[in-house]
Amino acid sequence: MAGKILVFLEQRNGEIKKASFEAVKAASAIADKLSIEAEAVTVGSEISNLENVGGYGIKKVTHFKNSELANYSNSAYSKLVADFAKEIGAGIILFSNTSLGKDLAPFTAVKTDAGIAMDITVIDYDGNDLILTRPIFAGKALLELKVNSPVKVITLRPNVFSSGEPSNDKAEIEVKDVSSPDLQTKVVELKKSKGKLDVAEADIIVSGGRGLKAPENFHLIKDLAEVLGAAQGASRAAVDAGWRPHSEQVGQTGKTVSPTLYVAVGISGAIQHLAGMRSSKYIVAINKDKDAPIFQVADYGIAGDAFEIVPALIEEIKRVKS
Amino acid sequence: MKIAVCVSHVPDTAAKINIASDGKSIDQNGVTYVVNPYDEIAIEEALKTKEAFEGETVAISVGPESNKDSIKKALAMGIDSGVLLKHEGFIDSLGVARALADEIKTLDAKLVFFGKQSVDYDNSIVGQLTSELIGYNCVSVVVDFKLDGEKIICEREIEGGREIVETTLPAVITAQKGLNEPRYASLKGIMAAKKKTIEEKDAAAGENVVEVIKMKKPPVKQPGRILGEDATVVPELVKLLKEEAKVI
Ligand SMILES: Cc1cc2nc3c(=O)[nH]c(=O)nc-3n(C[C@H](O)[C@H](O)[C@H](O)COP(=O)(O)OP(=O)(O)OC[C@H]3O[C@@H](n4cnc5c(N)ncnc54)[C@H](O)[C@@H]3O)c2cc1C
Ligand SMILES: Nc1ncnc2c1ncn2[C@@H]1O[C@H](COP(=O)(O)O)[C@@H](O)[C@H]1O
Repeated sequence: MAGKILVFLEQRNGEIKKASFEAVKAASAIADKLSIEAEAVTVGSEISNLENVGGYGIKKVTHFKNSELANYSNSAYSKLVADFAKEIGAGIILFSNTSLGKDLAPFTAVKTDAGIAMDITVIDYDGNDLILTRPIFAGKALLELKVNSPVKVITLRPNVFSSGEPSNDKAEIEVKDVSSPDLQTKVVELKKSKGKLDVAEADIIVSGGRGLKAPENFHLIKDLAEVLGAAQGASRAAVDAGWRPHSEQVGQTGKTVSPTLYVAVGISGAIQHLAGMRSSKYIVAINKDKDAPIFQVADYGIAGDAFEIVPALIEEIKRVKS
Repeated sequence: MKIAVCVSHVPDTAAKINIASDGKSIDQNGVTYVVNPYDEIAIEEALKTKEAFEGETVAISVGPESNKDSIKKALAMGIDSGVLLKHEGFIDSLGVARALADEIKTLDAKLVFFGKQSVDYDNSIVGQLTSELIGYNCVSVVVDFKLDGEKIICEREIEGGREIVETTLPAVITAQKGLNEPRYASLKGIMAAKKKTIEEKDAAAGENVVEVIKMKKPPVKQPGRILGEDATVVPELVKLLKEEAKVI
C-alpha cells in the first residue's frame, strides 16, 4: 500500500496553527481508511503546543529544531521535510493551503518526485485511491482529480476540514537538532499588521464595499467586526479607491475565504467578489438595492441603508451578548 | 542579464464558466481569454528591472496557438521577444513547470518573473515548481522586490502581515497585486510588437500525473431571504445568527 501519511505542522511564533490541527484530523481519517500509519513533522525553534497534536489523532511528531528555523525558509524547510518523508517512506504528504503551505508544498513535491494537488476541499475514496475535489475558476467550478504518482503532495483548504473536539491524548515528540540548515532563501524579518485578524484565517468576516461611500465610514465595518469578533474585509472597489488595504480584499484577485459567517455591507456581489466568498457557511447581505446580485447568495438579507442598519445591528448584538 | 516572464492565457475573470460535454473541461462558448492578471504584474516588474539594470526580456507561455495573444500583449507592453511552447489539451502544473524549466535553462535567464497564481485552475505553484526543477532560489507572493547586485530582498504577503525575505540570483519571483501598477500597452508599443518575434516549439512537458476525473458546477446555493428593508428587522437577523448560524 501507499506508505505512510505524513502531515506537516505549521508553526508561527512558536505555536502550531489551527489549520494544522485540521490537517492532522484529516490525515488520521485517511490513515484509518487506508490502514496506513500517520505521523507529523514540524520545523522551528521552540514550539509550545506541539503535544496537543495527539488530541487530534496523531501520536508521533518529529520536530526539526534550530533557533535559525523559527522563521520560515523555503530552502531549509523543504529539504528537511522532503528528506524526512523519504526516510520514513511517506506516500502522502499533507499540508495546509496557507501562505506557508502553498509555498512549501511545491518544493517538497519536486524533491520527493511527487505529483501535487492543491487547495483540496473534499477527500473521497475509490478503493485505495484518493479522489480529491478542488475549486477552480475561483469557485465557479469544481475539479475532481486523482494523483497517479507513487508519492502525492496534497494541501487542504483551511476552515473546511473540521478538527473536531480534541481528546486529552498527548503526542510523543522526537526532537532532532539541525546543525546547518540550508538558509539560501530565508525570512529575515516578520512585519505584522497591527494585531489584526486576517480574513484568510477568520471564522467571521465583515466586509465593506463602495456602498459605504467614503473611507471614514469604514468605522461602521470596524465596529461591527469588533462586536462579532470578526476580521475586516473589503471589495475591490473599496481597495482600488484606496479606502482599504489590499490585504483585506476578498475575491478572485484577493483572498478566497470560507468563514462560518460572511457579512457583506454595501457590496453589489460582482462575480469576482462572489468567487472569493460564496463558499462561506452563512452569508448576510446589507445593500439598499434589493436586486443586487449579492442577495442571490445571501442566506439573510436586509435591503436597506447601511448607515441605518449597521449601527442598529451593532447595538442589537451588544444587547444580546450582554 | 536575461530576464524571463512566464505568462498564462486564461478566461476573463467575468466569464461565466460552464462545463463542456466531455465533463472534463470548460465550455469555450462565449469565453474570452486574457493574459492572467497577475502575469501583467510580473511583466511590469520584468520591464522595470530591465529599465533599471539593462538586459533582455523574454515572455514564455505553454499552451495552444491562442496563447500567442497573451505573449503579444507582453510584447506590446515592452517585452523584447516571445516563446510559445506548444501543447494541446490538459496539462498538469508539473508538466507546465517542466516545459518552462527546460526553456529557461536554454535561454539561460537568471531572473524569472511569474504571477502568483493563474486565475483558471488557481494552483499558485508553477513558479515554485519551476524554480525547484532548475535549482533556482524562489520567493512567492511578492509585493516588493529589490535587486542589489546578486542579492534580492523581497516582501511577501502572508496572513496578517508581511515577511521580508532575502535570497540571491538566480531566482524566480512570483508577483502579487501591490508589487506595481502594470502599464498599458501604448499604440506605439502595439505597433512595435508586430516586428518582434515569437519563437514556437513543442513543450517538453512529459506525462501528466494529475488525472482529471470530472469537472462540475458547485452546488447552487438557495437564494436566501430578504428579511426586510429597514432596521426593524435587525432583531430578527440577530436571532437567526444566534439560533441558526450559531455565531453569536
Ligand atoms: C480582473 C478582475 C478581477 C477582480 N477581482 C475582484 C476581487 O478580487 N474582489 C472584488 O470584490 N472585486 C473584484 N473585481 C471587481 C468587481 O468586478 C466589482 O467591480 C467590485 O467587486 C465592486 O465592488 P463593490 O460591490 O464594493 O461596488 P459596487 O459594485 O459599486 O457596489 C456598491 C453597492 O453598494 C450598494 N449601496 C450603495 N449605497 C448604499 C447604502 N447606503 N447602503 C447599503 N448599500 C448601498 C449599491 O446598491 C451597490 O450594490 C475584479 C474585476 C476584474 C475585472
Ligand atoms: N501555461 C503556462 N504558461 C506559462 N506560464 C504559466 C502557465 N501556467 C502558469 N504559468 C505561470 O505560473 C504562475 C502560477 O500559475 P499556477 O500555478 O497555475 O496558478 C502564473 O501566474 C504564470 O506566471
